[in-house]
Amino acid sequence: MSNELNEHTGLRESATFDRSTMAEIRRAAETGIYDIRGFGAKRKLPHFDDLLFLGASMSRYPLEGYREKCNTSVTLGNRFAKKPIKLDIPITIAGMSFGALSANAKEALGRGASEVGTSTTTGDGGMTAEERGQSKKLIYQYLPSRYGMNPDDLRKADAIEVVLGQGAKPGGGGMLLGQKISDRVAQMRTLPKGIDQRSACRHPDWTGPDDLAIKIQELREITDWQVPIYIKVGATRTYYDVKLAVKAGADVVVIDGMQGGTAATQEVFIEHVGIPTLAAIPQAVQALQEMGMHRKVQLIVSGGIRNGADVAKCMALGADAVAIGTAALIALGCNHPRYDEEFRKIGSAAGFYDDYQEGRDPAGISTQDPELSKRLDPVEAGHRLANYLRVLTLEAQTLARACGKNDLRNLEPEDLVALTVESAAMARVPLAGTCWIPGQSF
Amino acid sequence: MKTFDLTQNTVRELNQALHDQSGECMEREFDVFSPHGQHNIACGLDQNLSVNIMGHAGYFCAGMNKKATVTVHGNAGQGVAENMMSGMVRIKGDASQAAGATAHGGLLVIEGNAGARCGISMKGVDIVVKGNVGHMSCFMGQAGNLVVCGDAGEALGDSLYEVHIYVKGHVKSLGADCVEKEMRPEHIKELGNLLSRAGIDEDPARFKRYGSARQLYNFKVDNASAY
Ligand SMILES: Cc1cc2nc3c(=O)[nH]c(=O)nc-3n(C[C@H](O)[C@H](O)[C@H](O)COP(=O)(O)O)c2cc1C
Repeated sequence: MSNELNEHTGLRESATFDRSTMAEIRRAAETGIYDIRGFGAKRKLPHFDDLLFLGASMSRYPLEGYREKCNTSVTLGNRFAKKPIKLDIPITIAGMSFGALSANAKEALGRGASEVGTSTTTGDGGMTAEERGQSKKLIYQYLPSRYGMNPDDLRKADAIEVVLGQGAKPGGGGMLLGQKISDRVAQMRTLPKGIDQRSACRHPDWTGPDDLAIKIQELREITDWQVPIYIKVGATRTYYDVKLAVKAGADVVVIDGMQGGTAATQEVFIEHVGIPTLAAIPQAVQALQEMGMHRKVQLIVSGGIRNGADVAKCMALGADAVAIGTAALIALGCNHPRYDEEFRKIGSAAGFYDDYQEGRDPAGISTQDPELSKRLDPVEAGHRLANYLRVLTLEAQTLARACGKNDLRNLEPEDLVALTVESAAMARVPLAGTCWIPGQSF
Repeated sequence: MKTFDLTQNTVRELNQALHDQSGECMEREFDVFSPHGQHNIACGLDQNLSVNIMGHAGYFCAGMNKKATVTVHGNAGQGVAENMMSGMVRIKGDASQAAGATAHGGLLVIEGNAGARCGISMKGVDIVVKGNVGHMSCFMGQAGNLVVCGDAGEALGDSLYEVHIYVKGHVKSLGADCVEKEMRPEHIKELGNLLSRAGIDEDPARFKRYGSARQLYNFKVDNASAY
């Protein structure tokens, strides 16, 4: 629209004060309170699209696309746990709470993931029976709020993820506004119904990495050292955080970049805190390598992963697996054009909807409204998610074979080049057609 | 009765022996000697056991306890009885920070003093402290009861949800949204019950009650300065 205006009238939109900036100033002036929303960062950031693969040709051998195997399975958590997690594909479903999502959506995530042999993750709100029932591999989050935390669910989990932060809001706690605190959600969280629930940003019973090491040992003692323990952090000072996580005894480190989705956070937090996923991976890998722990402590990366190319690029930079949130919700039906008219009635549009906190999602995903929730058939939606995960896997395999790799984890930074100076510096791969990696001396 | 000496056995061996009782209970009484402040002693119990720790315990002693009675005959480190579900934990000495953090049920009795953030994010447990509690106690407390027979430090009950707090001594200051409330007959009764379960001889009528003003339950622009 803005181009049309330019061409026909010569009107010029300010790059600084564009229409969404102006709308936000008006909104702030009218309400006196910051904007809270879901989804991830919407601004343009250096991302995986800024990287390209160097397919094999004369100096490298490609693998036959349909005939030669390319392994996608991965084992997570074999550092200390008696029962590490074996996944058929290295694409996991990130933690999203029951409360933020409907029970049907959680069930659909479990069904889809199980169909293709991968794991799902609980969230800030405890474990539901639907989710445990449908997820063959379920990671149980251990969050500052400890809503619904109990030793029985802890022992039912296939792994425990200690959450220190999220990419969308490193340094911030969870948030679930009153509209979504239904009877069941309230009961699971031991809170009065209908209140705005703002969970803590720090764990209540430990501070700092030395305490965390003891906390992890406690969780291991309670579960008799059976299951892996992950540590999830939002990407900020990733190099140091990964070193401290390994020192504290993590089996797996999860790094969530700033594009990572959220159910509800202040917009200013989503857009202005943290570093892009692309910039975080090399820092994490460097930390692991320096400690001699790369591939021994596995690295899971999330934040803005959309397709098989993103998966392959994460793995080429050194990740062992990835996690997806927003993309999984879209595969279920989030933001579907089918509901455009209804999105418009609530002041949004299909493809733009980010008010997960309001609980009025016409697609029945980010809601606790029984009528809206019914719209999502967990069996069908689960199958759609499984299809989508299959496509991501096939795409990643296609790229790996083109680079001559018979295992996704054999992809390496050497297979990549960057399109921009920024992405070359962040990903630490050369600018395409040069041997220049900004920030590194030859 | 089975005895463990933690200079001879590891905490792992002790905890495994305690967990092994959760299916079929072969041994109900355990005495643990020479704990020497080790961490994670007797955590994750899930059986009607009686465990006596004969000395000081480190962090997270009796963490996530269910059903069992754990007594520490000494002091306890950070996060004692954290996330307890049921049963009883008694500390004969003092307890460090975050005692009873996030606990859902059961009874935690601290016969000495408790450090900062006693009962932080508690979710249904009953905590009775014979001595004083440190600052920020009961921060974001959701449910249950906190009884303090001595004094309470700064910012008691900050961002409180539905916990009932009873303090006999002096409260240095109340946290955001925490207010003094009327002590009605049902509260005297509730407190009397808690004290007698804890085996502490105090007169409930000498306590004051504190609770949530419930002003921060929903976002209001007018409350911006409290956030
Ligand atoms: C609706 C929603 C709810 C979420 N809830 C949680 C949560 O409870 N705990 C958590 O650690 N992360 C939570 N996240 C973040 C995800 O676990 C994950 O880090 C993020 O979605 C990854 O980025 P992506 O959405 O770009 O794939 C949530 C994300 C979304 C979209």
